[in-house]
Amino acid sequence: MSDELRAAVAAGVLGSEDQYRALLQSIVDVARAIFRAKASSILLLDEEADELVFEAAADEASEALIGKRFPSSTGIAGFVLVSRQPLVIEDVLTDPRFSRETAESTGFVPKGLMAVPLLHEERVLGVLEVLDRPQDTRFTLAEMELLGLFASQAAIALDLLQRARRAHEALAGDGELSVISRLAEKLEARREDGSETALRLLAELEQLL
Amino acid sequence: MSEELPAWSLSAEAVESIALPEEWPGQVTREWAWGGATGAGARVCVLDSGIETDHPLVGDVQKSVAISIEGDEVIIEDNDTAGDLCGHGTACAGVIRSLAPDCELVSVRVLGAGYTGSGAVLLEGLRWAIAQGYDVINMSLSTTKQKFASLLHELADTAYFRRTMLVASAHNMPVESYPWRFSSVISVGSHEEEDPYQYYYNPAPPVEFFARGVDVEVAWNGGGRLVCTGNSFATPHIAGIAALVLSKHPELTPFQLKSVLYLTATNVGGEK
Repeated sequence: MSDELRAAVAAGVLGSEDQYRALLQSIVDVARAIFRAKASSILLLDEEADELVFEAAADEASEALIGKRFPSSTGIAGFVLVSRQPLVIEDVLTDPRFSRETAESTGFVPKGLMAVPLLHEERVLGVLEVLDRPQDTRFTLAEMELLGLFASQAAIALDLLQRARRAHEALAGDGELSVISRLAEKLEARREDGSETALRLLAELEQLL
Repeated sequence: MSEELPAWSLSAEAVESIALPEEWPGQVTREWAWGGATGAGARVCVLDSGIETDHPLVGDVQKSVAISIEGDEVIIEDNDTAGDLCGHGTACAGVIRSLAPDCELVSVRVLGAGYTGSGAVLLEGLRWAIAQGYDVINMSLSTTKQKFASLLHELADTAYFRRTMLVASAHNMPVESYPWRFSSVISVGSHEEEDPYQYYYNPAPPVEFFARGVDVEVAWNGGGRLVCTGNSFATPHIAGIAALVLSKHPELTPFQLKSVLYLTATNVGGEK
């Protein structure tokens, strides 16, 4: 089976982009809650444009953040992306140049930032950031580990999101793959009804071909 | 990097030719290893996001180079004036300076040309730095791309044979990345204690040493300071101590340097 055909079948049965967005949103919401932070966000690497794009955010100005783009290899998120190393930085305000423009354009200037790369197999998909954890306690390596665990989860979600996007893009036209995709979608829906008629029909079609 | 290949053997009459220049002490102590050393004479390269040159915690930076790739061509900007595009390189340089105040610091910037191609830039930056014969190369960067693994491995070995100690941040996430996993480099992870001279040998590799990496006050862009956590801040602690040792014992090979670091580690023979 070719990759495209797989994608066609997958696109029919995979969840929609909205569902993956909801998953990413849930990850940043939980990250924010666990670290008792003010904000959390996921930045996706757009390899073609070589930019980082905000995909999900859990903070006061969350709606405005989605879709904003930044250069992929400057600033703290850029370093994390390129180095594959998680960084935790506190009292960011003492750095006058700390992504000041980025921070101000989002209406949020953090005092502390945890940033971790989203790694999936060989690829680095983006960066998870947690902003302004309370500074009443010293940062620990256990928290760093927790951050890494979250990043692994977020990376899997991002990978799924990207796959679904590619699959849907591949099927944007009216070609035969698109028909297969719709067929897969309908079969999936039928399966839930318990009907085997469609499956028998397909088996007949397979024989015929 | 091609080298002339001699016969790898030692004839009876040649034994004297490999006599070591200094007596190895019966017990290697921190006092022997770097007592009285300031880092003077040791050349340390920070392969990172650049270094802010006039930062009070960093002091003199002897040279700032930037590496980029256009098409198939590697471009080496010999007099890079972009400074630090993140702050991280300045942080590493500051840690090294705090431990080895008189060492020579050189910045090789491999960040800033975009994420795409960053693996190739990292590779070329490392190749350039090794060719300069620095005593220590501090690198907090790694790549997860398999296609660079064998080339990086070759470079790491070349560095090791040419007496350049590559000190690299270990990765604390469940992925394969390079070059820190190679045995010809020193890989560094973090411990939670506050003493910058406290470092532990790890008998369960691939991470070989743990150094201070939690809540470290570091230099950052704009003459500022930040409190940072991450293996990439533990790495320059070992790089700094390596610079101290090499400034006192410049004849040490990477193998011997690793041995000295092992023998003087907090959990081995070093002062607690």
